[in-house]
Amino acid sequence: MKSDTIAAVATAMSPSGIGIIRLSGDESLEIIDKIYRSKMNKKKISECDSHTIHYGYIYDGEEMIDEVMVLLMKAPNTYTKEDTIEIDCHGGVFVMKRILETVIKYGARPAEPGEFTKRAFLNGRIDLTQAESVIDVINSKNSFALKSSLSQLKGSVLTDVKKIRGNILHEIAFIETALDDPEHISLDGYNENLLSVVNHERKEMKRLLDSSDNGRILKEGINTVILGKPNAGKSSLLNVLVGEERAIVTDIAGTTRDVLEEQINLHGISLNIMDTAGIRNTEDVVEKIGVTKAKEYANKADFIIYVIDSSTALDESDFEIMEILKDKKAVVLLNKSDLEVVTSKEEVEKHLDKTIIPISAKENTGITELEEKIKEMFFHGEVTFNDEVYITNIRQKNSLQDALDSLNLVVQSIEDDMPEDFYSIDLMSAYESLGKMIGESVEDDLVNEIFSKFCMGK
Amino acid sequence: MPAIVENYDVVVVGAGHAGCEAALASARLGMETIIFTVSVDSIALMPCNPNIGGSSKGHIVREIDALGGEMGKNIDKTFIQSKMLNKSKGPAVHSLRAQADKMAYTTEMRKVLENTDHLTIRQAEISDIITDEANHITGVKTVSGATYHCKAVIICSGTYLNARCLTGEMITYSGPNGLQAATHLTNSLVEHGVEMYRFKTGTPARIDKRSIDFSKMEEQFGDERVIPFSFTTDPEDVQIEQVSCWLTYTNPTTHEIIRANLHRSPMYSGVIEGTGPRYCPSIEDKVVKFAEKERHQIFIEPEGLHTNEMYVGGMSSSLPEDVQHAMYRTLPGLENAKIVRNAYAIEYDCINPNQLYASLEFKNIHGLFSAGQFNGSSGYEEAAGQGLVAGINAAMKIQGREPLVLDRSESYIGVLIDDLVTKETFEPYRMMTSRAEYRLLLRQDNADMRLTKKGYEIGLISQERYDWVCEKERLIEEEIVRCENVKIGASKEVQALLERYGSIPLNTASTIAELIRRPELDYEKLAPIDPERKPLAYDVIEQVNILIKYDGYIKRQIKQVEQFKRLEKKKLPQNFDYSEINGLRIEAVQKLNKYQPMNIGQASRISGVSPADTSVILVYLEQLKYSNPDLFYQLNGHLEEESDGK
Repeated sequence: MKSDTIAAVATAMSPSGIGIIRLSGDESLEIIDKIYRSKMNKKKISECDSHTIHYGYIYDGEEMIDEVMVLLMKAPNTYTKEDTIEIDCHGGVFVMKRILETVIKYGARPAEPGEFTKRAFLNGRIDLTQAESVIDVINSKNSFALKSSLSQLKGSVLTDVKKIRGNILHEIAFIETALDDPEHISLDGYNENLLSVVNHERKEMKRLLDSSDNGRILKEGINTVILGKPNAGKSSLLNVLVGEERAIVTDIAGTTRDVLEEQINLHGISLNIMDTAGIRNTEDVVEKIGVTKAKEYANKADFIIYVIDSSTALDESDFEIMEILKDKKAVVLLNKSDLEVVTSKEEVEKHLDKTIIPISAKENTGITELEEKIKEMFFHGEVTFNDEVYITNIRQKNSLQDALDSLNLVVQSIEDDMPEDFYSIDLMSAYESLGKMIGESVEDDLVNEIFSKFCMGK
Repeated sequence: MPAIVENYDVVVVGAGHAGCEAALASARLGMETIIFTVSVDSIALMPCNPNIGGSSKGHIVREIDALGGEMGKNIDKTFIQSKMLNKSKGPAVHSLRAQADKMAYTTEMRKVLENTDHLTIRQAEISDIITDEANHITGVKTVSGATYHCKAVIICSGTYLNARCLTGEMITYSGPNGLQAATHLTNSLVEHGVEMYRFKTGTPARIDKRSIDFSKMEEQFGDERVIPFSFTTDPEDVQIEQVSCWLTYTNPTTHEIIRANLHRSPMYSGVIEGTGPRYCPSIEDKVVKFAEKERHQIFIEPEGLHTNEMYVGGMSSSLPEDVQHAMYRTLPGLENAKIVRNAYAIEYDCINPNQLYASLEFKNIHGLFSAGQFNGSSGYEEAAGQGLVAGINAAMKIQGREPLVLDRSESYIGVLIDDLVTKETFEPYRMMTSRAEYRLLLRQDNADMRLTKKGYEIGLISQERYDWVCEKERLIEEEIVRCENVKIGASKEVQALLERYGSIPLNTASTIAELIRRPELDYEKLAPIDPERKPLAYDVIEQVNILIKYDGYIKRQIKQVEQFKRLEKKKLPQNFDYSEINGLRIEAVQKLNKYQPMNIGQASRISGVSPADTSVILVYLEQLKYSNPDLFYQLNGHLEEESDGK
């Protein structure tokens, strides 16, 4: 029985010396032959001996992506017992992503969470004692993938996909009703109508695909939260980092009630920065919601920036924040260094074992030190983020592309004057692909749509 | 009190479309079989619409025929009009539908039953099922106290269990057509732990033909060339003179009358407890739910050749008699209509079919099988398909043979049963082509190619019929190979033919297959430019044409089926406690414990079982290979190695 070919980034999706993209499955060799070129461009990896290493380049068509080493391991003596290829490339996130996208373009599909291990296990490669851990991997990774695919889909994308999906389902249901009840419902003249619907949805999907390249489907990067008491200068800091007036900055404590989000790029490191309402014991209900949210965000964050107003004394609220910070990766900023210092660096150090940097968001001092510190922590691996996000992103994009391909087939079928029941086959594939993207399965959607929207005879 | 005691292998309860197929299959497989009915005159009765087949249902009839059932043969003997539906659409959705002479249909089916060896017909109401301590079926009891010992029971009670019919405020405690309801069996089943549901369905009025003005309606003819349902019927035998159906419409006046009287409909006043089918709505449902529609199509169909009764298709109702009277008379052509029988809604007891295995045997009561509306389905064809499977499997069980389990990739009957036993059902289940995910492979034209071999292995198909299917297979394959290889040059004659069909002329030589794939051409149109062609039977040509023309789509579905089969092959232990598997979510454990799926494929289709849960079960199953190899190999033999090795 043939197995399909899966691909994934085997190393962490973070800047590092080396990145590995792994492929496993029957088409691994075929795929690598399509994208690998040796220096003289004469070597075919599939024809080489198993368990050998090859120097060369990865190409997507005529575009060279990276200089690589390719490890060839033919079945059955591999981790998964299937044909396996490992591409060792330079460790940049962009490069790894591009190579992964390329192998997918040429026939692989993104691996499900834990799928390499699952294959290894199912092919008898791993023994009994490891079975339990396989189950754990499947579970934990799946729950993350599900969470990320839903929570990381930006609101508008989710709405758009749902809308496209709904429109497609409506058309399938109409066709199916007509097939089930041909004497009551006629499909005369329906082709033109369907063509205009499909063309509209294709346009929408292309728009989503284009925006996905700008990382707008999923947020990639280090989830960073800015915490601090009201008016400590969190929003000013965000504005300095982002470079525009995004948050409302006033002298009135408690102005930032919603959590603001911004994505910034620091020397190639993406940060998703969330500015939160200041933490302080408040009676204001609206602000309370903001405070609860801030604590929630802090718990989920990869990295926390804690802003202290050095011109005021530490109080209960500060100690509360320090409690949250204890086991987290964080830096402390002593803001308002331009004003008279009430709370000193030494004072904070007594309570908290974190790096402390004096800054002035207003006068733009200390910001470079902050950036350097973040960079340092990241490259030393102190701060990381869940690399599944990248993978999920590629998976989403892949599903969207699959759905678009299916709609293209519908157009082809209409042009070829195929019977209507063939349209619904490809419409259904598009519907399923979009479902994968937003984590919804098909179940009985269709039957429900048929019954609720169309009047059957009998 | 002295009472009759008799012994049989199989007892069938009910002689509707499910019961007849079940009893015939069981008796034909050599089982001493007895079939009970509340009225011998109502064998294979059609209490609702006067037709067999229709979209996707026609497929089921063909499949029944290929497996050795009776429905297709019986309708071929008794139809009075026939039509292939969806002819302008793809081959997968072509579907035969025939109008039946209802009386003739029951008479002919009864004749077949009466003349089948090992089959006894008995008019009596079954009140109890009898089991031993291990919950094995040992027999049944009738209301009059007689005991019939047996090894298996098949319940096909249709709409008769605790039935009541409703016409407005009037309620009759009877089965369909005023026949006696069966009021005892439910209690006995509940005592045995069976979970019951209550469903409802309905039927329109019948009208006297002499009171109808057909000049105001559109005449609906049958097909010029009739195609029989059964693969064994000679097509020449069904070229009969056909009768017509008639089309008319409801109008705003009709809808006004209905709306004004909704409060008197038991559906809307809350008297009806049962769940009705959404696909077969009453006219009051249609008017309420699709308020924007100004008219609904209504088909007037003959009930037979020797009766004046006409069926009013599309207008079932539970409104009171006086409202019906007024409402039907608003339709063009029915201004003076005389109602022969009122429309009514009927409520009845049935089971939650999740209690069954795909063999249609109860999971908790050994040797108890069931089929048809009792299992929560609707329709004569759905009933017959299940009846056939239940009858076969009762015999298989007694003979110690493997049960017949059809999967979703090989038949509509398989889809039907899998849906019933795996999914949650909240209304009577009707087959639809959209329920079959591999419908391009499950065509009505290839039902014989798909299932005759199975029917032969079971013992319901003759050697002769089996040999013919094998020969047909060979001829099709041979001709496809020829078409893929023989090239046709761009001769004058060829270009002329292409031009005639509006097809682009050839630049270079092309294979016959490539030409067949052009939308405007087909196998038969190419005859003049394909002189090497051997004369072939029509059904062989049909297969060659379809398989070449839709080759790309068909190959894609075959690939999907391979994926599907992989999970379907991995068998799961029965009566298993899924809480023993670490890592399954609680909801999944509950559902799996309740359903006890046969294999991983079925498990994955249960709502509430996620793909991650499926992976976990897969890993567990693999683990079993080491922790409990005996159980593993007993379940899965040595299939694993073959299917999973590369």
